[in-house]
Amino acid sequence: MSHIRKPRVHHPGLARNRLGLTRRDYEGAMSTLCAGCGHDSITAAIIEAFWELEIAPHEVAKTSGIGCSGKTPTYFLKEAHGFNGVHGRMPSITTGAHAANRDLVCIGVSGDGDSLSIGMGQFAHVVRRNVDMLYIIENNGVYGLTKGQFSASADVGSKAKRGQVNREHPIDSVLLALNLGAGFVARSFSGDKEQLVPILKAGLRHRGFALIDVISPCVTFNDHHGSTKSYQYTRDHYNRLVYADFVPPAHEIAATYESGDARTVKLHDGSAITFRKVPGDYDPTDRDRVYGYIRERQRSGEVATGLLYVEPALEDGGNASDFHGIQGTVPEPLTECAFEDLCPGADALAKLQGRFR
Amino acid sequence: MKPTDTADPRHYHRVVDCQWGCPAHTNVPEYIRLIANGHYTESYLLNRKSNVFPGILGRTCDRPCEPVCRRVRLDGEPVAICRLKRVAADLRDDITGHLPAIPQRKNGRRIACVGAGAASLTVANDLLPLGYEVTIFEKLARPGGLMWTNIPEFRLPARVLWEEIDQILDMGVDLRLNAPVDSLAALLEEDYDAVFIGSGAPKGKELKLPGRWDSEQVHIGIDWLESVRFGHVTECGERVLVIGVGNTAMDCCRTAQRLGAKKVRVMARKTKPYFKASPWELDDAIEEQVEILENHSPSRFIVEEGRLVAMEFDRVTWSPGDDGRLRATVHDTRVIECDEVILAIGQDTAFPWIERDIGIDFNRWEMPVVDKATFMTSRAGVFVGGDAAWGPENIIWAVEHGHQAAISIHAYCEDRPLTDRPPEGMNLVSQKMGLHEWSYSNDYDEAERVKMRHVDLQERFRRLDIEVEEGFDIEQTLTEVERCLNCDIQTHFEANLCIECDACIDICPLDCLTIARNGPEEDLTRRLTAPLLNYPEEPLFISEELPQTGRIMVKDEDLCVHCGLCAERCPTAAWDMRKSDLLVPYAGLGAGESHPTLLSLAMAGAAGEAAAASGAER
Ligand SMILES: Cc1cc2nc3c(=O)[nH]c(=O)nc-3n(C[C@H](O)[C@H](O)[C@H](O)COP(=O)(O)OP(=O)(O)OC[C@H]3O[C@@H](n4cnc5c(N)ncnc54)[C@H](O)[C@@H]3O)c2cc1C
Ligand SMILES: Cc1ncc(C[n+]2csc(CCOP(=O)(O)OP(=O)(O)O)c2C)c(N)n1
Ligand code: SF4
Ligand code: SF4
Ligand code: SF4
Ligand SMILES: [Mg+2]
Repeated sequence: MSHIRKPRVHHPGLARNRLGLTRRDYEGAMSTLCAGCGHDSITAAIIEAFWELEIAPHEVAKTSGIGCSGKTPTYFLKEAHGFNGVHGRMPSITTGAHAANRDLVCIGVSGDGDSLSIGMGQFAHVVRRNVDMLYIIENNGVYGLTKGQFSASADVGSKAKRGQVNREHPIDSVLLALNLGAGFVARSFSGDKEQLVPILKAGLRHRGFALIDVISPCVTFNDHHGSTKSYQYTRDHYNRLVYADFVPPAHEIAATYESGDARTVKLHDGSAITFRKVPGDYDPTDRDRVYGYIRERQRSGEVATGLLYVEPALEDGGNASDFHGIQGTVPEPLTECAFEDLCPGADALAKLQGRFR
Repeated sequence: MKPTDTADPRHYHRVVDCQWGCPAHTNVPEYIRLIANGHYTESYLLNRKSNVFPGILGRTCDRPCEPVCRRVRLDGEPVAICRLKRVAADLRDDITGHLPAIPQRKNGRRIACVGAGAASLTVANDLLPLGYEVTIFEKLARPGGLMWTNIPEFRLPARVLWEEIDQILDMGVDLRLNAPVDSLAALLEEDYDAVFIGSGAPKGKELKLPGRWDSEQVHIGIDWLESVRFGHVTECGERVLVIGVGNTAMDCCRTAQRLGAKKVRVMARKTKPYFKASPWELDDAIEEQVEILENHSPSRFIVEEGRLVAMEFDRVTWSPGDDGRLRATVHDTRVIECDEVILAIGQDTAFPWIERDIGIDFNRWEMPVVDKATFMTSRAGVFVGGDAAWGPENIIWAVEHGHQAAISIHAYCEDRPLTDRPPEGMNLVSQKMGLHEWSYSNDYDEAERVKMRHVDLQERFRRLDIEVEEGFDIEQTLTEVERCLNCDIQTHFEANLCIECDACIDICPLDCLTIARNGPEEDLTRRLTAPLLNYPEEPLFISEELPQTGRIMVKDEDLCVHCGLCAERCPTAAWDMRKSDLLVPYAGLGAGESHPTLLSLAMAGAAGEAAAASGAER
């Protein structure tokens, strides 16, 4: 842990967004993670994405569970709302926050242990409920915080630092989320911000549940030879399967790509994702084929990355199947509803109970 | 782009902006750290090694280091490098024992210096420890050159001046005062192995306008200041006009204030951006309520019955002509009454005492042709430095000329080629003390530049020799030293260790770092994390290829605050903070060597005796 804070002094050419904020205004406290942890790079990518999207920090709720990954929300958006919950319970906390205030931009940061071991049940149900949030799994194949035990995402044959070999089958969060009906599924790498930042932006703008599983090497316990989640291994087996650019609503979707090569998917708010250099038979909106394709790449030893699947927005721009759509809640945040509307009082309760007598 | 060769001392030297800007390469960050740790004597000695006159320069230096200080590019104000030097000089202990020991046995070589200014004194300082006999001929009654005759005591107390001059004279200079050299040919006839000309630029420029010689009340600035110094002038008229707006003009107007003038005006032909005076000298004059009038071009002196009564000026404005040079448009004239006029419009060299037929080439400005690297004239064995070489500069340049001339003289006397200049060296030492501990204070301090306190306005005018600046107190010193960014604690990169985790890129507060694919300069320089602001004056570091992806690490050295966070956040120590110590050669001293001192000899003597004693026991 560094003893000095990051100085406030910055490059004089540092750009400001329309809110008048620089990228530095989206930072949080100084990281206390191990130097070189992939999680810190993801933090930097998150800062970049929020700044570029010009989202005011106070409109954001950042949540997490336990783990090194769980600590990271402290390191970005110091002015955002935040809750560091118990192990594996980030989904229900986020669900609660978003239920109460649907205007919040929700970002949950979890780990492979937090989501796929202890929090597996919570994870499955937040996908099913389609809570409007960006869900990040900082995937390093180990329980970093508790000193490097294999997590549920460790590959068969992957070696621990002390030499033990993992024999249990991994849970792949991307395949799982596709199975559970997630509308936005991506995989990326902490060492590839060029790919990661646009995906984070698209994920934040997608209405409904968005999962990004980010390979995020644990330098201390899982970056050695024999590990399948090291920097070196990830780079050696890396496949940028699809290139996705995020295009904000106000911008023309420029035809800079050679025709036939590019494909555009609209999001509910008028923004869009443009896919380019997609392999010929790949369709990022066809859930079953995406599933098959990822499996195939895995069998050939590749880590397929990119924005792998996205459900296009409905024509009317809404998404009837997201959490609030399913629940049929009022359009305005519950936090802004009058108290009498939220709590109709003893008379109303008595009336209701009367119906069951 | 090609990988940077950090083994070449020039790369890291360039990063230390102040040291790069200092003509004598003073190791500024190291001396500031020494002050921060209370090691004033060590700090003084480190200064003395390169700039010879730390006490004098800590008050008067032209400070080429300050405008280039990295801090200017970050918060607009340089570290008070110069005034911190004064702190070291003020608070040091007696340094006699630390001065170079002068050999009893001489090397048989005799050197003559003309003029006892900063340049000649430096030559003596460098050659005496090598066993040379050095004779200095000075036309005036005291040594010191302009430092003594022209820099007023309210800026440079005599005690400070004499102490540092005596340090050199006491090494055994054969000083001949009241001994003008009026024939170089004659001097060359004498038994000297080499001659150094450090005679300065003693001729003040004239203003040849009607009425100039019709009264006794028009003076040449540098001559007038000299007369004040020697007590020949002790008062002046009530209304004084100073013509010109350089540093000499500032000393003239402030001196006039102290000699009883009631209204002192500095007359400038152009506007402030074109003033030659250093901003801080202007500020000090303005603080003393000197009035500066812009756009006044002198046209004549008005003299009535042998008395100067006024001066006439054209009031002008300036606009660029076709060739881009400024041209004046005259609007009207203005007569300004005055009792005295001081001309401070520049100085020239003068060599009436050098015969033109003794093998020394002169150029069309009547200046000897001097080699920029060796300081030798076209006549072997005759060297020139200081203001005499290429016209008026300042003390620190005179010192550096002296160092270089001494190297040449030494090589000349030993029959070695003068063009083989001894190479600089560089030590690089890691400053890591623990996981997150560094040997230096790496936290960026946001403090503003400390303001120098000045003696009260009324009080300071009472006498000529009241030093205006009070110096920094301990608290001010402790604040100011922390503003230094330790630019010599370099971010040193080993490409083969990098795993491309991006931690350094993400943490760097100034966005100095980029990992990118290599490419040609115009392409790569456009793909950096932050735009380049001062490239190529401020260099880039380009690494070898990184092992995992073959990309490269690029660092823009421009705005790095040397916080060390990149090294702290690097998991593999691919970045390390290493102190670069530029090793500068001097006459008879290779890079990094130093002369034995009286103290070191005494200690070696004691050790030798002890060794002999223990040997006897065995
Ligand atoms: C008013 C004024 C203020 C200044 N203030 C500053 C300042 O604050 N900071 C700064 O850095 N610089 C300042 N300078 C400039 C600085 O003083 C000079 O650049 C520096 O002193 C030059 O040193 P030098 O050894 O080359 O020559 P000088 O200091 O000029 O010394 C030359 C010596 O040679 C002697 N001499 C000349 N001809 C002969 C001869 N034929 N025989 C024997 N002796 C001879 C002269 O009498 C003189 O003593 C100032 C200059 C002036 C005029
Ligand atoms: C209920 C509970 N069980 C167990 C733990 C111990 N524990 C802390 S962190 C952690 C695993 C974290 O792994 P992961 O989510 O992958 O995060 P990482 O540290 O790898 O980022 C465990 C098991 C706990 N804090 N709480
Ligand atoms: S233990 Fe691993 S996951 Fe945790 S901070 Fe260190 S490198 Fe990151
Ligand atoms: S020391 Fe490193 S982190 Fe700090 S400013 Fe310089 S390059 Fe950036
Ligand atoms: S922190 Fe170290 S290992 Fe990581 S990218 Fe920077 S230099 Fe390379
Ligand atoms: Mg983990």
